[in-house]
This record gives sequence, C-alpha cells and structure tokens, in this order.
Amino acid sequence: MADIALHDAVEHGGHDDHDDHGAHHSATGLSNNKLAMWLFLGSECLLFGGLISTYMLYRGRHSENAGPDQFWDIPFTSASSFVLLMSSLTMVLAVSAAKRGDDRNTKVWLSVTAMLGSMFVAGQVYEFTTFHKEGLGFGTSLFSSSFFTLTGFHGVHVSVGIVMLLAVAGMVAKDRIPGDKAEVVELIGLYWHFVDIIWILIFTLVYLIPA
Amino acid sequence: MSTHVADAHDGQHHDDQHEDHGLTDFGYVKVAIGLAIVTAIEVALSYMKDDLGKLFLPLLLALMAFKFFMVVLYFMHLKFDSRWFMLLFYMGLFLALGVYLAALCTFKFFGS
Repeated sequence: MADIALHDAVEHGGHDDHDDHGAHHSATGLSNNKLAMWLFLGSECLLFGGLISTYMLYRGRHSENAGPDQFWDIPFTSASSFVLLMSSLTMVLAVSAAKRGDDRNTKVWLSVTAMLGSMFVAGQVYEFTTFHKEGLGFGTSLFSSSFFTLTGFHGVHVSVGIVMLLAVAGMVAKDRIPGDKAEVVELIGLYWHFVDIIWILIFTLVYLIPA
Repeated sequence: MSTHVADAHDGQHHDDQHEDHGLTDFGYVKVAIGLAIVTAIEVALSYMKDDLGKLFLPLLLALMAFKFFMVVLYFMHLKFDSRWFMLLFYMGLFLALGVYLAALCTFKFFGS
C-alpha cells in the first residue's frame, strides 16, 4: 500500500490540492473525483454481483413452457449488445477529444453515445413488451422476477447515463463546466463503460448460456 | 503494469499510445473491432453448444472475461492509470464474486 502511494505521488506530481485545470487532488496526487468514481463503481460491482447471483440461482425456477429458451431472441439481443459496445467506442472518443480540448468533437461523440444508449434502452423496452405479451410477467415465476429485476436495474443505469451524457454535452456546448472539463467527461465515461461491462456479463450469463 | 509505466517514463511509447498513457483514436477503434468480432464469435458458439459439448461453457466464459477486461483496461484506462483505481475496482469485483460463491454454497448446502 505504502509503495503504491509513494509511486503514485511521484508519478502524478504529488500535488495536495489543485492542478492547472482546477481539479482537486489528494495527497497521493490523484484526483479526488476519480477516486470517488472508482469507489462508487467498486460498490456497484456488489449491487450487480448480488443481482446476477440471484438470477443465476433462480434461472431454473419456472414452469415447463415459460423458461428462457421459449422467450429469448438471440439475434435481436446480439444487435442490442453490439449497439451498446459501439457506444463505449464513441464514449472513449469523446474522452479523447475532451483531453485534446476539442469541444466540437466532444459534443458530437457525447451526443452519438447518448443516441446509441437510447437505441439500446428502446430495444430493451421492446423486448420487455414482447415478453409481457407472450406471457412472461414480473410475477410469473422466480426466474422472471430475477430476470426483470437484473435487466431492469441495468436499463435504469443506462437511462441515468443518457441523461448525464446529454447534460454534459449541453454544458460543454455552453462552456459551463467549472474546473477540469476533460476530467468531467472522463468521469461520465467511466460510468458509461461500467454499464457496458455489466451488459457484457449479462449478455453471456443470461442470454447465451442455457439454463 | 509497472513495466508499462516505466516504459512510458522512458518515452518508449507504442505506436497506438498517446502521450497521456492512453491509446490513440485509431487504437480505440481497433479495440472496438476486436470486441465486435469476439461478440460475433460468442453468438456463433451459442448456436453450436451441442457440438462443443463440455467446451461450450469454458469457451464462452473465457470470451466474456476477455471482453470485460479489454473494456476495463483500455476504454476505462485502468491499464494506464494509477494502481489505486485498479485496487478500488478489483476490491469491489472480487467481493462481488465472493458474494456469488457464498450465495451459491448457501443454496447448495442449505437449500430445500
């Protein structure tokens, strides 16, 4: 631990409070905001770990004709997964543009990311609606309850991410971000990529591996 | 990790790497193409589960882990960033894995 702190303090300059862009730094030379975001993402691992565990335990608890194999549409979900994966690329391009101080491209890539995220959420709403019409409701079985809770929580996270992306794109456009603009975009990017890695797990564990 | 940081300080950057310890935009596009290809392979494997037999599950889990760590290391910059961030994230991740294993064992040994 002490080695890491010393190494990072040297590597990042060992500032105690602010850098040239106005970002707050801890005694290790690291940004407090980034530390807080990583701590938050670490705690989110626990939330989704619990939800995925619950689904894995209850995935076999359903009646004979109301299991995953009867409802999943793998080609459709694969297309949704591809859209979310590509939104991670556009997000990282937004972060890269923000680090270069290129406001125009930052806005464009943030907006494209929000658009791809919206397509993913729209796909999820369509999927849920289809399942409901076919007879798979929230209370149908333990399997359906755990499935809708897991994917619903993920969908809410994506929706919150879209709101944050649009808000930051608007703030970049009006030059209203106080402090380090690149760091703000990077923090939103970390959240967005986290949402993407959770979907990588859900896609394989829930959709591709049979119950 | 430490080797990479040392190299960066010596100015020995790889072609795809930025001055600020990240990839270039083209480098990110290459990572995304790789992720898309792996996703396509995953989907293809899901249609071949009977042919693959016992290999199916480990293969799919390995590809999932590959995609997971590619996003974490490159898109989230964990490969290039401070080890404190890596520590915070992996603490949560391994704790989550522990929660799953504990829940699984509980249901295995005490479930009805």
